[in-house]
Amino acid sequence: MATTPVQETSKLSAIFDSCREMGQDPEFNVAKRWLEDHPGKKAIGCFPIHCPVELIHASGMLPLGIIGAGTQIEVTYADSRFQSFVCSIVKTTLELGLTNRLKFLEGMLFHSICDPARNLSSVFQRNFPDMFVEYIHFPQNFASPLARKYLATEYRRILDGLQQRSGHTPTVDDLNRSIGLYNRIRAALREIYRIRTDTPHVISAAESFVLTRAGTLMAPEEFVKIVEEVLAELPGRPSRPKDRIRVILEGSFCELPPVGLIETLEQAGCYILDDDFLRGWRWFTEDVPIRDNPLHELAESYSERAYYSGTKHDSRETKAAHLIRLVKEKKADAVVMQAAKFCEPALFDYALYRKALDEAKIPHLLLEFEEKTWIFDRARSEAETFVESLLFD
Amino acid sequence: MAQVTPKSDYQGRIHNLQKDMIGRYYARLTAAAEGKGDKAIYMLISGNPVELIAAFDMIPVYPEVNALQLAVKKQSLPLILAAEEMGYSTDNCAYVKADVGMYFAGRKTPFATIPEPDLILCNYVGCNVYLQWFEHLAEYSKAPIYNLDVPFFRTPGPEPLEEDLSYVVKQLEELIEVLERLSGKSLDYKKLQRIMQLSGETGELWSDIKKLTRERPAPFDAYFDSVMMMAPLYCLRGTEDGLRFFQEAYKEMKQRADNHEGPLPQEKFRVVMEGPPPWPFLRQFRDMFSRWGAVAIASTYSTVGGIWEFGFRHDPQHPLESIARHMLQWNVTNRNFIQRYKQIKDYVEDWGADALVIHSVKSCRLFSAGQGDMRDYFTKQLNVPTLLIESDLEDPRYFSEAQLRNRVDAFFESLEHQRTLVKK
Repeated sequence: MATTPVQETSKLSAIFDSCREMGQDPEFNVAKRWLEDHPGKKAIGCFPIHCPVELIHASGMLPLGIIGAGTQIEVTYADSRFQSFVCSIVKTTLELGLTNRLKFLEGMLFHSICDPARNLSSVFQRNFPDMFVEYIHFPQNFASPLARKYLATEYRRILDGLQQRSGHTPTVDDLNRSIGLYNRIRAALREIYRIRTDTPHVISAAESFVLTRAGTLMAPEEFVKIVEEVLAELPGRPSRPKDRIRVILEGSFCELPPVGLIETLEQAGCYILDDDFLRGWRWFTEDVPIRDNPLHELAESYSERAYYSGTKHDSRETKAAHLIRLVKEKKADAVVMQAAKFCEPALFDYALYRKALDEAKIPHLLLEFEEKTWIFDRARSEAETFVESLLFD
Repeated sequence: MAQVTPKSDYQGRIHNLQKDMIGRYYARLTAAAEGKGDKAIYMLISGNPVELIAAFDMIPVYPEVNALQLAVKKQSLPLILAAEEMGYSTDNCAYVKADVGMYFAGRKTPFATIPEPDLILCNYVGCNVYLQWFEHLAEYSKAPIYNLDVPFFRTPGPEPLEEDLSYVVKQLEELIEVLERLSGKSLDYKKLQRIMQLSGETGELWSDIKKLTRERPAPFDAYFDSVMMMAPLYCLRGTEDGLRFFQEAYKEMKQRADNHEGPLPQEKFRVVMEGPPPWPFLRQFRDMFSRWGAVAIASTYSTVGGIWEFGFRHDPQHPLESIARHMLQWNVTNRNFIQRYKQIKDYVEDWGADALVIHSVKSCRLFSAGQGDMRDYFTKQLNVPTLLIESDLEDPRYFSEAQLRNRVDAFFESLEHQRTLVKK
């Protein structure tokens, strides 16, 4: 497969291949099998970007990433509900529901990330009245200590709803066990991203993407083993550096880019040192502390120790300043803004970033994509031209 | 095709009064821009806490109002294009683009010079683009920003959550401290109460005016004529001038209702309008409905800044709590789709409408994303004839007159046909 930097038939390539396959299954068979093997367990779908999966898990349910459907399904019904100028992920996620593919879920959680996602939450409520549909308000007033306190109360409300549906009232220990498990997963993913920054030839962005995506589609108890196995295998992986430019990729935090597009960028000569793919599932820059008040710790970490995102508006450091700092820290040559078509938050960010990057003399490239794109010729030629302009500058 | 002669806009006494008052408001903006006036606070229309700003003698600046004025005066396109040159996408809200274009073009408009912000108050109510918009303005102007975080009304209601209410009230207390630092003076609580009193009375009159369209014929068009009354509601609420405007407006509209006068020679169809209007083509758009004798008897757009017709009033005894309720509960943008469906259903039933017209605008996804589901609900579940048409609120490139006219004609032709069948 093109995802492996050097020819190999190792455990690693088998893992990445199976992860990739899992990410392309609109029937969620891995999760369904797990539910069959665990009678009485229920699953809750999480729309991007960030979802407090610990609350779902501690309530005895399985959190799953319901993040559109890529090229895997054709949109037949959702087009009549959401207009042509609305992003693909909103429509394919609704289509999954309207074609009964989400019937196995007990509920769906949506979040305050953008206007279409918010309206989608209402459309789910109306069209699937048996489903537990909740909308989480993530605060935006980060400069005020009120926001953290508020988020803890919002988590309490969500947890109350979840435990009613699961029939299990989680204890502090339950919550801390779930935090601990997801901490392990996030720490492993952080380590993979560190390896990518330091030695980008060892693991590609496409590989870490399919791995992270698979983690949203299975039980965390299973995924933690896989991700830690990948980490154990990486040091022995045969690989050699190539002459590529080093880029930071931003703008793909919600709708999932096709794996082929990420590979195209890499083959065109980019080492993607850092990206915001599935950032919501990696969210925290450090472990969430395990203490007496887990909801408070989750809220505090959200406010104080979380990654930047196009949907967070933190006035303590402007987004553009943050991106430029990141470019410098990672010693990147350039920024690729890979925004989903019609994604207002990402497209707004681009305008802000472009001005700041120009002023800081950092080269940048805008690529728009849709999850359902499957021909990448144009992206390839734009990326190759961009890379050449930098390599031979 | 049975048509009535178009007689498109309402030209009453209050039109001139509105012009005078809004003219004075813009003169205040220009004075502020020239360094001779009050401190300028950038704010958003939806659920705006203008009462607090007025209590500090500061002036509210609404980039949305400026953007729509630019569109009405056919000035928006070059500014939108300038913003797109900077990197804004064709898919970004054109209000933002026109405003950013205007900001970098020196903030001069045909109606005022817009001052630089002394404070950017992002009273984030519902619309996520607000957050982006003001984040950008803060970056460009380097002015301080306060993100007043208003949780979305996401529970079935009817009341907002206690924790949401107390969160917003506490932020308003923080905001008062910010305004005190900015103005160098303490909040005069008595003055705030007086302003709240004026806002309460203004809201009462506005609510009474809106209920007049339950009459047949409706004395004014609750979409096209309401927009004329919305500017005083936002820019002048809480002032003596604002109150006087609404006293005059009520008098005039009541008289029209008593005389059975409507905006058209004959009211043939009563519709509820959903979505913002196409500002650059307001007249053409209105004519499309007038020629069919279609009058809006209610509109959701006239509730973006607040919903008064279901009982909300600013309360001088509980200023902060009532400002918080205005932001959380009593404006359409902070409500979810299910609540908006209910609001429209109430209009259809209590105001007596024949149909729903959804004007879907590309710029404002808060309003529009998912309106196909709204159409599905009203046509299939409630049997309300519903028309869904698309253009934009600011960008003239998205207004296809012939196409829109065809859709509107086909819709009313079919409504008329159904009426003929029923009569037979």
